[in-house]
Order: sequence, then structure tokens, then C-alpha cells
Amino acid sequence: MTATARRANGTGALLNVEHLTKHYPIRKGVFSRVSGQVHAVDDVSFWVEEGETLGLVGESGCGKSTTGKAVLRLTDVTSGAISWRGQRIDALPAREMRAHRRELQAVFQDPYSSLNPRMRAEDIVAEPIRNFEDRSPAEIRERVASLFERVGLRADQMVKYPYEFSGGQRQRLGIARALAPNPRLIVCDEPVSALDVSVQAQVINLLMDLQDELGLSYLFIAHDLAVVEHISHRVAVMYLGKIVEITDKRTLFANPQHPYTEALLSAVPLPDPKAARKRIILAGDVPSPVNPPAGCRFHTRCPVAQERCRIEAPAMRLTAPGHLVACHLRDGEPVEAP
Amino acid sequence: MTAVTTLPAPVSTSPTLRQFKEAFRRHPTAIVGGIVLLLMILLALLAPWLGTVDPQAVTPIKRLKQPSAEFWFGTDMLGRDVYSRVVYGARVSLSIGIAVAFFSILVGLSIGLVTGYLRWLDAVVMRVMDGLMSIPPVLLAISLMALTRASIENVIIAITLAEVPRVVRLVRSLVLTLREQPYVEAAVAAGTSLPRILVRHILPNTTAPLLVQGTYICASAMITEAILSFIGAGTPPNIPSWGNIMAEARSLFQIAGYLIFFPGVCLSLTVLAVNLLGDGMRDALDPRLARRM
Repeated sequence: MTATARRANGTGALLNVEHLTKHYPIRKGVFSRVSGQVHAVDDVSFWVEEGETLGLVGESGCGKSTTGKAVLRLTDVTSGAISWRGQRIDALPAREMRAHRRELQAVFQDPYSSLNPRMRAEDIVAEPIRNFEDRSPAEIRERVASLFERVGLRADQMVKYPYEFSGGQRQRLGIARALAPNPRLIVCDEPVSALDVSVQAQVINLLMDLQDELGLSYLFIAHDLAVVEHISHRVAVMYLGKIVEITDKRTLFANPQHPYTEALLSAVPLPDPKAARKRIILAGDVPSPVNPPAGCRFHTRCPVAQERCRIEAPAMRLTAPGHLVACHLRDGEPVEAP
Repeated sequence: MTAVTTLPAPVSTSPTLRQFKEAFRRHPTAIVGGIVLLLMILLALLAPWLGTVDPQAVTPIKRLKQPSAEFWFGTDMLGRDVYSRVVYGARVSLSIGIAVAFFSILVGLSIGLVTGYLRWLDAVVMRVMDGLMSIPPVLLAISLMALTRASIENVIIAITLAEVPRVVRLVRSLVLTLREQPYVEAAVAAGTSLPRILVRHILPNTTAPLLVQGTYICASAMITEAILSFIGAGTPPNIPSWGNIMAEARSLFQIAGYLIFFPGVCLSLTVLAVNLLGDGMRDALDPRLARRM
């Protein structure tokens, strides 16, 4: 990894997220009284460099998709700062936010429901171009046709409707739509988890080729560690609304520091059936995000938890250059914002 | 970029059309309903050329004649030809049914689209709609008619107002589901403005259920018109509508039952046909709608 990834905060990065928090109120009764809060994302900080892929992994319900939606401003944040090229975008009015959407695009998880069933493929891909550019219909068609070819679809498929495509082809359509306005960063929210394994590899390779060619950055949200290891430069691990560890891919997979990351990695099946590995089996379930545990959120399941973990929430510590871990048991210099 | 020159013309059939064809093949009752409705519409359109006389021509000397070769459906107490009156009455009933369906969908759609998106407006508008819905539609239409002069336009307005809340509720519920669809989120992320999202993404996905709701409204509007006319609060008595013919025949029911029979049969047949068509379309367009409506 380059030296930029080894710094301790994201000032000046393409995308910089600081202390992002998103709580959903739970309403009850006739008068919709707020009776509690779902702590979907709690004090999450990370940054994405130009041309880099940051993988965001975690179990379902850990807040990784909410983080992606917050970055795209598809949901309002409770607190925290999201900066795009150094400018705060977390509180921009919808009208001003639209100007930034051109550079900040998204690929969604479900290739079936993320494409309007009543629009032709070419209109789906042309939509962002029409939103941002004043071009003639012929120019738009030409651009759409070249995008189709770029993502591995044929130009004669442009007149088809989404139901006429397979799952993998639909996801290629979704990628073509995201590429249409020439973005700098694409938030990929589990883009391959709904696809067959063989198709997954094609789509992942397409995304990596596009990155090489266009210098794109990705915020790649996934729960599949093998996929994340393949595509990411750096990886952030989330547990119950918090990032517990963030470092470059090689270090994370070779030398995980947080007990949760260790447990997660030990659950990845090995290709060799005879190879023995000590699996760390976590007891119990993920606690409810309505009442997250005090102290370290992982202490209820952590095999090495101590008294301190139950009381005090661990700060992010810089254990090695570019390696941030939120655990009391690891030595390192605490950092204000990672 | 050589491929650009060989781009095919947009020819692919839309999903709605494809679903329609498939559906009508599988729903024969809908076809029967459609044919009956079509016949009724033809009857109304071609009324002057179907052997009718002036439906308002009074010939007291020939009053209360039984159905015969000369007067197919007989004559009423003023000697007017009931066949002509029933055929012309189809014009009034059908145009009121269709007009009410059209206007209540138009108004309900506009209100529903906006309230589904603007939460602060939603609370106020929906309470008004709840209030309107708590009054039985016929009663509401009667009271509205009581405030105005009897005319076909006023009947249409009165029944439309009574039907609008149902459309608003349906559209609002559709919008609330559709706005959470990932493709709407994708459109937001793609920088599409709110009016364009409503027109391009939300509106096209409401057409199928609204089409079905439209047929139900059409059927219920024709019945409401007949009720209003029957109690003398609807179409002016000089215009023959099925409700009016039955209203005038009420006092003669025991000596000239045929006077009520023919308009009654026409009204029932038309309403049944419209409902069959609506049921067929509902099953065809989306089986899941069966539970929602």
C-alpha cells in the first residue's frame, strides 16, 4: 500500500467520514412516541483515497449498508461529518447535493429490484446522463451503446426490458448506470451477493478492470471475506454499528489484531479439506442494536474479554502504521479520528 | 464505435401489453365482461340508428302498452317508447360511470402522489380523506346534490367527490411502497429530481392497480347514479337515465312491471360486465393485488 494509506486521518482524501452516527427512532403507540433508538451506525470514521477500494465487511445488521446509504445521502445522518473532496456534504440541501451525485454513484445489492421493471435498459443507463448533461438523443444513445460494450453487454440489448436479462447481466446494467455520469467513487452495496459464484467472479473482475482503466474508487460493502480480499486495497471490519479494525488487506488477513476479526477470519473455509485450522467459535448471538452492550460492544461474545471491556468503550489505537484497532488488549497510540 | 450505426429500433413489447395478452387468454370471464361492456358502449354510441324514436316524445293515447312488435319494451305512463329511453339511458349511465372513474383517478392520483411524498401534508390530507370516507358515498353524493341544481355535470362532481378518498388511499399506499424500492433509491443516487422520479418511476408502476380500481369505480358510479336518480336527487327527470326510468315506473310496478324490468336488467348487466372485466384485469396484472383491493 502507498504511504497515503498509512496516515492516521483522512483529511484531504477523496471521501472522508468522521464520527458518522445513524440512529433510527422506534415509534410506538397512538401518538408515535419515540420509545427507543436503533443504533445502526455509531461513531464510524474512515476515508477512501483516489483510485482505492475500501472493503467494508461485517455480519448482516452491523450497519454496513446504512453507512453506504449515508455516504450516498440516501438517508440523513444523526451526527458526524461526511466530506467529499474536502467539502461537507452531510447536511447539503437535496438540490445542492445533486451536483455531487455525478461523481458519487452506486451499485446496489439486488439486481432485480434496483432496476425499474417498466423502463428499457437504455433508458435506465441513460437516466443519469440525462440528469447531468444536455446532450442530443443521438449522442446519449451512442454513449449508452459504448457503456453497454464496456460492461460486457451487446448494444442490441439496449431496447430490452430488465426482465429479459439474467442476474449477472442485470448487475452489469447496474454498473453501466453507475458509470454513465463518469463518477470518481462508486459505493458498491453487496453487488455480488445475489449472484452465482461463477458470475460473481466475472462481475468482480469487471469492477477491477474498470478501476484500472478509469482510476475509480470503490467503497465495497460485502459480507463475503473472499470477495473482499480479492478486490480491496484496505478493509474495515464492522461489528454492531462500529468499526473494530481497519488496515490494508494483506495485514488484515495475515495479522488480524481484533478478536472479532480473528474469529471472522477463522470461519473462512480453506480450499484444502485436510488442512487443520483452529476455529474460533463465538458463543451467543449478536446483541440487539436497540440496546447495544456498554463498554466494548463485542465484550458479550469476546473470548478474551476482561473487566475493563465491560465498562469502557475502547478507543481506536494505531498499532502499526496504517493499522487501527479498537481493542483494550492491543497496545498502540490512541487516535482521535482514524 | 461501429456498433452504434447498427442499433436496433425500439420494438420490444412493454411488460404491460405482454401481461394483458397472456391474461385474457387465461381469464374467459373477463373476456365475456369485456364483450358485454363493448356491446353496451356500442348501444349508447349508435342509439339514433337502432330503430329508436325520440325518447322524450309524449303520446298519451298509447300509454302503458305491453311490449309488442311496435314497442319492443312497451310504453310508459306518458306513452314514451321505453326501448328508446333505455337505449338513450345507456348514454347517461355509461358516460357518468366513465367520467367519474376518469376524474376520481385523476384527482386521487395527484393528491395521492403528493401526500405519499410530503409527510407533513400527508397527515392533514389523510384526516380529511378519513372524514370523507366515514360518510357513506351515497349519502355524501345526496347531500352534495342537495346543495346544487340537478344536472349531469353535478351528478358527476358529486359522485367523484365521494369516490376520491378511496383512490387517494390506494395511490398513497402504492407510493409508500414504491418510494422504498431500490430502483427509486437508485434514481435518487443517479441525481434524478423529485418531479422526474414521480413521473418516471412512481407513476408508471401505479397504472396497473389504478386501471383495476377505475373499473370498480365505474361500476359503483353507475349504481350510485341510478340510486340518486331513483330517489329524485340525480339526473334531471327530463333526461332518460336508467335510474330515472325505474324511478318513474316505481308507482306502476304492480300493473306494468316491464317498465322496471328492462332498465334494471341493463344496469345489472353493465355493472356485472365492468366488474368481471376489473376482476380479470386484477388477476392478470398482479395476483397479489387480489388481497389489497
